[in-house]
Amino acid sequence: MTTGKWPAARPRAMAWQRRRASAARFWRRYRTHRAGVLGLATLALFVLLALAAPLLVGSGVADVTDAPGSPLERPSGELPFGADRFGRNLLGLVIWGARVSLLVGLFAAVLSVAIGTVIGVTAGHFRGWYATVVMRITDWFLVMPTLVLAIALATVMSRSLLTVVVAIGVTTWPTTARLVRAQTLAVESRPYIERARALGGGHWHIMSRHVLPHVMPLVLAQTTLIISSAILAEATLAFLGLGDPTVVSWGGLLQDAREAGAVSAGHWWYLVPPGIAIALVALAFTLCGRAVESVLNPRLGVSR
Amino acid sequence: MTSDATSASVGGGTGATDGPPKDGPSATGGRVTTAYPRYVAGRVAGAAVSLLAVLVTSFFLFRLIPGDPVKFMTGGRQVSAEQLAAYREQFGLDLPLWQQFADYCGKALTGDLGTSYQFNAPVVDKITEALPNTLLLTGTAFVLYTALGIALGTRSAWRHGRLGDRFHTGLALVLYSLPSFWLGLLLIVTLSVGIGPLPGLFPTGGMESGGEEGFAYVVDVAHHLVLPVVTLVAVEYGQTLLVTRSALLDEMGGDYLTTARAKGLRDDLVRRRHAVPNALLPTVTLIFINLGRTVAGVILVETVFSWPGLGGLFYQALSVPDLPLVQGLFFVFAAAVIVMNTLADLIYPLFDPRVGR
Repeated sequence: MTTGKWPAARPRAMAWQRRRASAARFWRRYRTHRAGVLGLATLALFVLLALAAPLLVGSGVADVTDAPGSPLERPSGELPFGADRFGRNLLGLVIWGARVSLLVGLFAAVLSVAIGTVIGVTAGHFRGWYATVVMRITDWFLVMPTLVLAIALATVMSRSLLTVVVAIGVTTWPTTARLVRAQTLAVESRPYIERARALGGGHWHIMSRHVLPHVMPLVLAQTTLIISSAILAEATLAFLGLGDPTVVSWGGLLQDAREAGAVSAGHWWYLVPPGIAIALVALAFTLCGRAVESVLNPRLGVSR
Repeated sequence: MTSDATSASVGGGTGATDGPPKDGPSATGGRVTTAYPRYVAGRVAGAAVSLLAVLVTSFFLFRLIPGDPVKFMTGGRQVSAEQLAAYREQFGLDLPLWQQFADYCGKALTGDLGTSYQFNAPVVDKITEALPNTLLLTGTAFVLYTALGIALGTRSAWRHGRLGDRFHTGLALVLYSLPSFWLGLLLIVTLSVGIGPLPGLFPTGGMESGGEEGFAYVVDVAHHLVLPVVTLVAVEYGQTLLVTRSALLDEMGGDYLTTARAKGLRDDLVRRRHAVPNALLPTVTLIFINLGRTVAGVILVETVFSWPGLGGLFYQALSVPDLPLVQGLFFVFAAAVIVMNTLADLIYPLFDPRVGR
C-alpha cells in the first residue's frame, strides 16, 4: 500500500471523502422512498432473526427425536404456529429456515451478478470475436426458460445447498451481463478513458479503475432485485424436492407440509407461515431494489 | 427504453430478451422495401440456430444425471443380465454417446423424440396429449392477466400518485412476490377443502370429474380451471401492470397529448386514442415474452393442481428420471420461449415504424 507516501495518500484520501459524501447523498435520497425504507426495515428484522436464531430457538429445533409437540398439532399458547409433521415447533423452524433462505438467496444473487458483471465488462471492453462469442452465449442463456434450466441443473447435480446456489446463479446472470455491457460501452466511449489509455493504462487498469466504479451502482440495484427472485427460486426448488433434504428451509417446510397431507386435511396453519416468510423477504428485496434503482436513475424516480 | 422498462420495473430474471431490435437494420438505413424481409430472415435464422443449440443442450445436459435408467425400467425386479442388455439395446443405451447423439438428432429432425421409459410410449405422443391441456390453462390465464395488467396499469398511470394507483401498484408487487405454488396450495385449502364453516367450492385438482358429456363436460372443465387460472393470473398480472404503467407515465408529458386536449377531446378519448396506443409498444414485447414464459412457468401450478399438462408431465418425468421425456419437454419449453421471442421481434417493427425498417 502507498499510504505512507504523501502524493499518493492525498488523492486517495480525497477519493474516500468523495465516496463518503456520495454515499451520504445516496442515503439521503433513499430515505425519501418510504417503500424502500419499509423494505430495508423488514430485511433488517429478518437478518437479525436469522443471526439470532441459535440463541432464540437453538439448533435443536430441527431435531426430529426430541420434538416438543405431537405431529400436526394446532397452534396454541405454547406452540404459536403449531407443530409440523414430526411434532417440531413450527415457529422455531420458520425462524431457523430464514438462515438458509437468506444465505442461498444472497450467495446465488452474488454468484449470478458476479458472472454477469465479469461477462458484461469484458464483453464491453474487448470488442471483436471475444465479445461476439460471449454475447452469443449470453443470448442463448437468455432464451432458456430459467426455471426449467435450474430444475434440470439441480436434478443433474447432487442434493446440496451449493447445488441450489449454482443452479440459480448459473441460470440468472444473462440479464445482468446485458445491462452491464451496455453501461460499459457507454462509459468506454467517454474521453477520459482515452486519456487513461494514452497515459499507458492497461486493460486491467481501465476495467477495474474506470469502468467498474461506474457500473457498480447498476450492479448494486441488480443484486437487490435478483436476491428477491433467487429466494423465490430457492423455495421453488426446495418445494420440488430438489433442495438439500438435511437442512430446514422455507420451501422445504412447504414440501413437508404437502407430503404430510396438510393440503387435503385443511391444515392451513402449517402452510401459511413459511409462505408468508418467503413472500415478505422477496417483497422486501424488491422494494429495496426499486428504491435503489429510482435513486440512481432520477428519471425513473420522477415517473414512479 | 423498452428493455429498461421491462427489467427495471420488476427486476431480476424478468428481462427475457434485450427488447426490440434497435440496433437492427434501421441503423444501417436500408430501404423500406427490402429491409424488413431481410430483417425477418435474420431473426428466423437466429431462432433456428437457437433451437438447434437447445436440442444439443437437452441431449447432453440430461446424460449427466446419475443413476441407471434401465434400473428404473425394471422397477427393482430381479432381472437377468440378458434382459438388462435387451432393454439397453431397445432404447439404444448400449451405443457410444456420439452415436446416440447422432441418432437423436436425426430422429428429432423427423419429429421423433424417442420413447418414454416410464410410459413406454413415444415422447411426441405424450407431449401432444398434454399440450392442449397446458394451452387451455395458460391461454386462459394469459388472456386474463394481460387484459387485467393493461387495464389496471393504464388506470394507475392516468391517476398516478392517487390512492387507487398506490393500492394497485402495491398489490401487484405483493402478489408478484408470492411463490405461485404456495398461493395455489392456499387456494386449495381455503376454497377446495374449506376451512371451518366454509364449504369446498372448487375441485382440489385434475381437469375433469369424469362421466360428463357435452355442455356439462365444458362446465366441469371450467370449474376445474378456476383455481389454477386464478393462481397464474395473480402472480403474473403484476409485471404487465407495472410495465404498462411506467410506459404510459413516460408518454404522459408528451406534447401531442396537450394538443389532443387543446382540441377539446374528452379525457378518456385522449387516453384511449392517443396515449395508450403509444404506451403499449413496450408492453407488446413483454406480452409475447410472457406467453413463452408462461408455458414453461406453469410447471409448479400444474404440479400443485394435478393438471394433466406439460408441466405436470415434466415433474413426473424428472422424478424418474425419464430421460427421453425430460429431453423432449425441455426442448418444447425452450422452443416456446424462442418462438415467442422471435415473434415479438418480428411484430414489433410493424407496431412501431421507428424501429427495424
